[in-house]
Amino acid sequence: MTISPAAATDAADTVFRVRDLTKVYHMGEVDVHALRGVDLDLVAGELMVLLGPSGSGKSTLLNILGGLDTASGGTVHYRDQDLTHADEQRLTAYRRFHVGFVFQFYNLMPSLTARENVQAVTEIVPNPMTAEEALALVHLQDRMDHFPAQLSGGEQQRVAIARAIAKNPSVLLCDEPTGALDSETGILVLEALERANQELGTTTALITHNADISGMADRVVRIMDGKISSIERNTTRVKASELSW
Amino acid sequence: MGVLNRKLWRDLVEMRGMVLAIALVQVGGIATFVMSLSTYDTLLIARDNYYRDQRFADVFALLKRAPDSLAGRLQAIPGVERMQTRVVAAARLAVPGFNDPVIGTLVSIPESRNPELNALHLQQGRLLSADRDDETLINESFAKEHNLKPGDRITATINGRRKQLTIAGIAMSPEYMYAIAPGAVFPDFKRYGILWMGRTALAAAYNMEGAFNDVSFKLEEGAIVEDVIEQLDQVVARYGGHGAFARKDQTSHRFLSEELKGLETMAAVFPVIFLGVAAFLLNVVITRLVNTQRNQIAILKAFGYSNLAVGRHYAALVVVIVMLGLAGGIAVGIWMGKGLSALYMEFYKFPFTDYYLNAEVILLAALVSLVAGMSGTLMAVYRAVRLPPAEAMRPETPATYRTTIIERLGLQRLFSQPTRMIARHIERRPVKTLLTVGGIASACGIIMVANFQEDAIIYMIDVQYAMSQNQDLTVTLIEPTSRNALHSLAGIEGVQHAEGMRAVPARLRHEHRTYRGSLQGMEPDGVLRKVLDSDLQRVALPVEGVVLTDFLAELLAIKPGQSLTVEVLEGNRPVLEVPVAGLTSEYLGVSAYMQRATVNRLMKEGDVINAVFLDVDEWHSDRILRELDDMPRVAGTIIRETAIRSFHKTMEETILFFSFITALLGGIIAFGVVYNSAHIALSERDRELASLRVLGFTRGEVAYILLGELGVATLLALPLGYLFGYALCSYLSNQFRSDLYRVPLVLEADTVAFASSVVLVSAIISGLLLWRKLNRLDLIGVLKTRE
Ligand SMILES: Nc1ncnc2c1ncn2[C@@H]1O[C@H](COP(=O)(O)OP(=O)(O)OP(=O)(O)O)[C@@H](O)[C@H]1O
Ligand SMILES: [Mg+2]
Repeated sequence: MTISPAAATDAADTVFRVRDLTKVYHMGEVDVHALRGVDLDLVAGELMVLLGPSGSGKSTLLNILGGLDTASGGTVHYRDQDLTHADEQRLTAYRRFHVGFVFQFYNLMPSLTARENVQAVTEIVPNPMTAEEALALVHLQDRMDHFPAQLSGGEQQRVAIARAIAKNPSVLLCDEPTGALDSETGILVLEALERANQELGTTTALITHNADISGMADRVVRIMDGKISSIERNTTRVKASELSW
Repeated sequence: MGVLNRKLWRDLVEMRGMVLAIALVQVGGIATFVMSLSTYDTLLIARDNYYRDQRFADVFALLKRAPDSLAGRLQAIPGVERMQTRVVAAARLAVPGFNDPVIGTLVSIPESRNPELNALHLQQGRLLSADRDDETLINESFAKEHNLKPGDRITATINGRRKQLTIAGIAMSPEYMYAIAPGAVFPDFKRYGILWMGRTALAAAYNMEGAFNDVSFKLEEGAIVEDVIEQLDQVVARYGGHGAFARKDQTSHRFLSEELKGLETMAAVFPVIFLGVAAFLLNVVITRLVNTQRNQIAILKAFGYSNLAVGRHYAALVVVIVMLGLAGGIAVGIWMGKGLSALYMEFYKFPFTDYYLNAEVILLAALVSLVAGMSGTLMAVYRAVRLPPAEAMRPETPATYRTTIIERLGLQRLFSQPTRMIARHIERRPVKTLLTVGGIASACGIIMVANFQEDAIIYMIDVQYAMSQNQDLTVTLIEPTSRNALHSLAGIEGVQHAEGMRAVPARLRHEHRTYRGSLQGMEPDGVLRKVLDSDLQRVALPVEGVVLTDFLAELLAIKPGQSLTVEVLEGNRPVLEVPVAGLTSEYLGVSAYMQRATVNRLMKEGDVINAVFLDVDEWHSDRILRELDDMPRVAGTIIRETAIRSFHKTMEETILFFSFITALLGGIIAFGVVYNSAHIALSERDRELASLRVLGFTRGEVAYILLGELGVATLLALPLGYLFGYALCSYLSNQFRSDLYRVPLVLEADTVAFASSVVLVSAIISGLLLWRKLNRLDLIGVLKTRE
């Protein structure tokens, strides 16, 4: 059974249900406990910010949510799908039709231009934006035919974001999307994410080191040492355009 | 899949250096494969067509003299379809302007008509005219050596009588494709000619009127050769027959078959090794190539590309590379195959030069390359997609460097930091290093094979001519002659020493195994001809018993102490039982040696000889040759020096062609391996190396870290390559054992040195290419993009 793209618009309330999630990396004789029992729910349409010190397990959690990594224990459900026990085929379909991912390290294909990097994704999904539209959203319409090596770190990150939103995913998982950007460009990027979240109802999880950004979230989840230390709900969301740092 | 295809082409262009190096290796393997197999097929088909077209006989018999009336009885033998009697005579020839002794075989043909069996292929001029008795056709190679044309004249001395002959035409015959003088080991086209003369004229000159001394047979379909031979032997026994023999024992056919067998071995072994090595390299290189793309594979997967789609993408990449090599290899293979076939067909005097290429050969080459390339690709892709994308995006093995043995031993102070980095890198990836070492070693081994053949041949000549055969001239006599003849030869001015010998044609038999050869009666204390063992020590000939070449003993499955049956094929054809007294090792031909006196006694003949070895003063040799030429009892003279020279010439053409190609391809392989390994190492470690540069390491130091590792691999590979080369050579030397020659396993130091140099030069060239690339490494670019 595969997950049909239509299922994405089917607004069941809980998009992700994470229970007692653990992740252990075996490094020779040493075990690194990256996640030590995480419980978390994400509801449809919400924008969640993940905060936490370096090495606390943020990327690990996001990778598992995105179907990029496997859990060591516990369960992760995406709507009614058990991701922790999904086979290769289902995970592929899940990533393809539902997830937009922005990596902490931009991970562009070096031999493809900005436009082609986006097209590599839009080609395989139904009803995507055009690559040009997506790149315009991150204000890169003038650099579309540049190769990654010809772009600055921030520009590469923006291409990575365009690539993630271009497929109109049902969830957007962004690992420090503004880490390499100045505040002006960072805000452009956050606006694009905000728009996807509000206009298309894309459930969004966003990792950042930057506490200032948490104002735009519905909820702010803090992670310490592989565990959730606190969850705060913002009563009002600050518009991305009004953020500054 | 538009964007992915674009990625594919860009990746190919980006990797063009490596793609080219891989393709070159492939071209090498496939070209050798196609060349050898197609040449073999071509020659086999050409030979069979030629035999069929010219109706080459199935069975042959030589007699002393039989009346024409016997023909009816021969024709009546069951199984015989067609038969043809001939007069065949040995003669001494004189070609105007050429002073060396020349011997010829004179063969009768019907006047003005091509014979029904062993038909001639006329190349120039015309057949004989019926109304003249002084016309002859000559064989093409002899004509070419002497630049003889129709209308030219030569003199033949038949039975001591001179006869002037006019050349009517130049011809080729399936019977003399490999024109080799009776008793000679190598062909000498300049000093041995075939002359076809009218039956009446030749019979008159040879005192064979109304008689014949040679007969050939075409058998009916399904006739059993051995049965026909047995019946035939009975019919011709009282006419002094030397015993009938099948086509497989016919001299020219045997040499040709042996050559084809050698070629088949070459075609079966060599290209398979080449193709195997190329496939192995393809596999290794492709695997590593795909490994460098692990990160991109993970990204594709992260965005929802299925494993199948990713696999297809990389498969397409590899198919393009493999196809490049395949197309190039097939093209070059056909080109070389045509060249080599033409060379062989010229050498063997095929009248035509059609080239055959079996579709199977190409299919097989394509299949092997594709399987090799694909398995490497799919394995590597599989390894990459098996991991969750998050994990695959990290470097393949998390950098778990350990301190090396050197450091654990506390020797690190002896080594610089870069050297320690090399050592750690090698220790961390032993399999990868080993594969590189293996690739280079196979290249080294292949190059050694190329030179091994030359070494072996030089050694063979050395043993044959410098150690065991010291005579300057070998004089064969028309018939067994009293040993007193020795004195008249020894008396010629300039002859320093003369030794007689008595050779008797015989069928050697042990149980059901037989071999057609001769019994060589030698002087036990002779100084010109010596029988040597494998340690090149003289073997003493016992008074009783026979000493056999070890290979002959193997053929007959006989051991010293057992009794050998010798069916003499001359005179009153006694059947003798002689004990095998010992064995000797020789590389050329096989023989059964006895003391001459013993042969004389067994043959119940007097003190006779039929060949003489002469040691002559070089100053007088021209005059000696002329004097010998005038002696009626002398059938022919073989000069040692010319035998060696003609041998060299024979071997050079074919072997050098092969050697050259082998060395070239070995070099290409070595280059391909080193270049690719280095290149991949660079792309695997470009970030690390760029970081080092940024940290202040000099270009030299960074290059040292990268190339030092390859240097170590190359040096490790050399001794391994010697072992591999030695194993290959000994395999080939084993495959090439036949009664005509055995190739000794001789590897000279210069062969090893040559192979090493080719490998080292290839390594240095690829090092330089890489050094250039390293210098152009875009530091910022590398560090900025995180693939
Ligand atoms: N593949 C891996 N193998 C071993 N250990 C790993 C691996 N990936 C992550 N870790 C370890 O797991 C822990 C959590 O890593 P993770 O990347 O999730 O942290 P993070 O919160 O994203 O940190 P940062 O803010 O620096 O990106 C760290 O201690 C890290 O060293
Ligand atoms: Mg992280």
